[in-house]
Amino acid sequence: MPTILTCTDGSVYSPSVYDHSAWAALRMGASVHVLHMLDPHRERASMANFSGNLGPDEGEALMKELVQFEASKARLAQVRGRAILQVAHQHVIAAGVNVVTTEQRHGALVEVLEGLRGDLVVIGKRGESADFAKLHLGANLERVIRVSHQPVFVASRAFVPIERCLVAFDGSASAKKAVAYVCQQPLLQGLECGLLTVGKSTGAKEAELKAAQAQLEAAGFAVSAHMQEGEPEKVIPEVIEREKIQLLVMGAYGHSRIRHLILGSTTTTMVRTCGVPVLMFR
Amino acid sequence: MFLQNFTKEWFSNVPRDLVAGVVVALALIPEAIAFSIIAGVDPQVGLYASFCIAVVISFTGGRPGMISAATGAMALLMVTLVRDHGLEYLLAATILTGVLQILAGVFNLGNALRFVSRSVMTGFVNALAILIFMAQLTEFRNVGIEMYAMVAGGLAIIYILPRFVRVIPSPLVCIVALTAISMLSGMSLRTVGDMGQLPSTLPMFFLPNVPFNLETLLIILPYAIPLTIVGLLESLMTATIVDDLTDSESGKNRECKGQGIANIVSGFFGGMAGCAMIGQSIINVKSGGRGRLSSFAAGVFLLIMIVVLGDWVGRIPMAALVAVMIMVAIGTFSWGSIKNLKVHPKSSSFVMIVTVAVVVYTHNLALGVGVGILLSAVFFLGKVAHLMEVRSNLNQAGDHRTYTIHGQIFFVSASAFSHAFNFQEVLQKVTIDVSGAHLWDLSAVGALDKVVLRFRRDGAEVEVVGLNHASATMVDKLAIHDKPGALDLPTGGH
Repeated sequence: MPTILTCTDGSVYSPSVYDHSAWAALRMGASVHVLHMLDPHRERASMANFSGNLGPDEGEALMKELVQFEASKARLAQVRGRAILQVAHQHVIAAGVNVVTTEQRHGALVEVLEGLRGDLVVIGKRGESADFAKLHLGANLERVIRVSHQPVFVASRAFVPIERCLVAFDGSASAKKAVAYVCQQPLLQGLECGLLTVGKSTGAKEAELKAAQAQLEAAGFAVSAHMQEGEPEKVIPEVIEREKIQLLVMGAYGHSRIRHLILGSTTTTMVRTCGVPVLMFR
Repeated sequence: MFLQNFTKEWFSNVPRDLVAGVVVALALIPEAIAFSIIAGVDPQVGLYASFCIAVVISFTGGRPGMISAATGAMALLMVTLVRDHGLEYLLAATILTGVLQILAGVFNLGNALRFVSRSVMTGFVNALAILIFMAQLTEFRNVGIEMYAMVAGGLAIIYILPRFVRVIPSPLVCIVALTAISMLSGMSLRTVGDMGQLPSTLPMFFLPNVPFNLETLLIILPYAIPLTIVGLLESLMTATIVDDLTDSESGKNRECKGQGIANIVSGFFGGMAGCAMIGQSIINVKSGGRGRLSSFAAGVFLLIMIVVLGDWVGRIPMAALVAVMIMVAIGTFSWGSIKNLKVHPKSSSFVMIVTVAVVVYTHNLALGVGVGILLSAVFFLGKVAHLMEVRSNLNQAGDHRTYTIHGQIFFVSASAFSHAFNFQEVLQKVTIDVSGAHLWDLSAVGALDKVVLRFRRDGAEVEVVGLNHASATMVDKLAIHDKPGALDLPTGGH
């Protein structure tokens, strides 16, 4: 039985994350594993005392103080985490999924995700700390996409039943992977499927688009393929709006470090601006 | 990944890092001045060093949130160099120290810290505390009762104030209060201004004015080597403390290289060699500092305060400085280690005490640590040698004995190994089972040789079984009992 890894932090996006997980689980015949991370953010100080003096054995005294303080905070976080997981469990069961497990882990999501087995990762577009630091969150989401071996399903704020999906196809390896996944896996079977390439029309691109269309049609999809000039960040959200698309499928951008520094955030910008859930392939 | 790490290490704790930087900078000023006085140079040398090192290490160091600057441990090592050859040679030695530290980082010597046992580290900090305290005693020579009164008053402020007020650094209050009293009362107290030149400008780049030849190298190298060792040792020790306090990892070899770069920069800008500071790093973490920004801010604030408040810094009475340094000494000393003397194993306590004694006697932390490491190693060898055990059993017929050896056979345990066999017994066959043992060195192979040959001489057939791969290689190369004609050879040096 395939497994869906659902990442939750109890933020406003969580109910939608559970709904999307349940939707995917029912289509894939999968179980849902809900994961809640306890990240103490040790890079930020939790307490401060400006007395600036050194008492006898100050190091040990400070250690004791920090451990006590953080232990009480951590216990609180654990209790809260368990409550979140309980809600998640009920929510997903109520949505009709039979096998639901939950887990609490210490550390950063990206570190844990690398070691976990699953067939699809579901995560919210924004988390708890969304308004705290947009930039940081974008980076976090992008890191999840980068380390994840599985496709990542980025849930939007509210769940809307999905009937029409759009595959943003740029001819890259990850985009081809996305098309292959759509064809072979049960997740999107039976949906109406659009295929869109953004950019200057060239012969090679046309051919690739045609090939992708043929591949999807062979798998039984009713496909409408288009090619449109412009900036992907602008054109794709427009098409989504116009065509009443409920799910965007795309490959994440390139892997090279320099390209990533400059272009990497385009992926996340698009994820955030397009207003629908995004199924992302690396 | 680089960008994300960069953001995380610099900007995830900005307001707290900045405030902690101010607290640390305030604490750095008296210390930098006091350590300059210990080294016998103008206060500006220590202040420039603290600025350069704190700022450079914030970029190059491997441990975010750790504070490095001019330190007592380093100052103590350069006293005779300054006295005999002057400041320019100190600057050259500082640059050479930086080069050696970079090399240490390149050759991954950061991992060598694991050879320094806990007892040696405790001995190191205790000795450091004692030396800092002793250096303050010289300030009490030929002074009146008012000096004692002022220091006592300063200490009272430092320790009692934090019980009521936690938002203002108490050492700062001590300094301000004592300066005010000294200026208002008109007492003839010595001030920082009397101790030498204070900086009035930003530090400037210049080459140390020393002849660039072998002779210079031979003068500064004997100072640069202990400076390198002590600097890295204290830095890596401090890094471990900060690792523990903040529950995070640090790059030890990057820290070595970072310290080296910081020292080179310091040397070219007229500063003395420095390293990480245990006390200041703890103050930083206590004040909420976690990221690289805290160290950077501390350096920048230090310089701003010095340049802006230059005249006022000169009027701080030495009594205030002494009070702060006594606090540093008390805070550095591991008081728990005295209580632990009763509880800890005697050998550990002995190593700690010897380390302290050697340092206090020689004023050289590197030497004390060296002796401490040596002693710990010797004690450890003794303990491991005890782990060797020989058991044996005789077969029913009474002519075949099997010896089973467990543990480590090396030069310390080799003689115990040879003595564990009974050569008076008359046997036809002897089996020596070493599957649970490891032969480490020449002495071990020699001891095994001796035993095998002796049994053979007495007419027994000897079989050695269960040699592990490493031991077998050693025996193949070095042993004689398994080579043709072994029986004709003498059995050792009788």
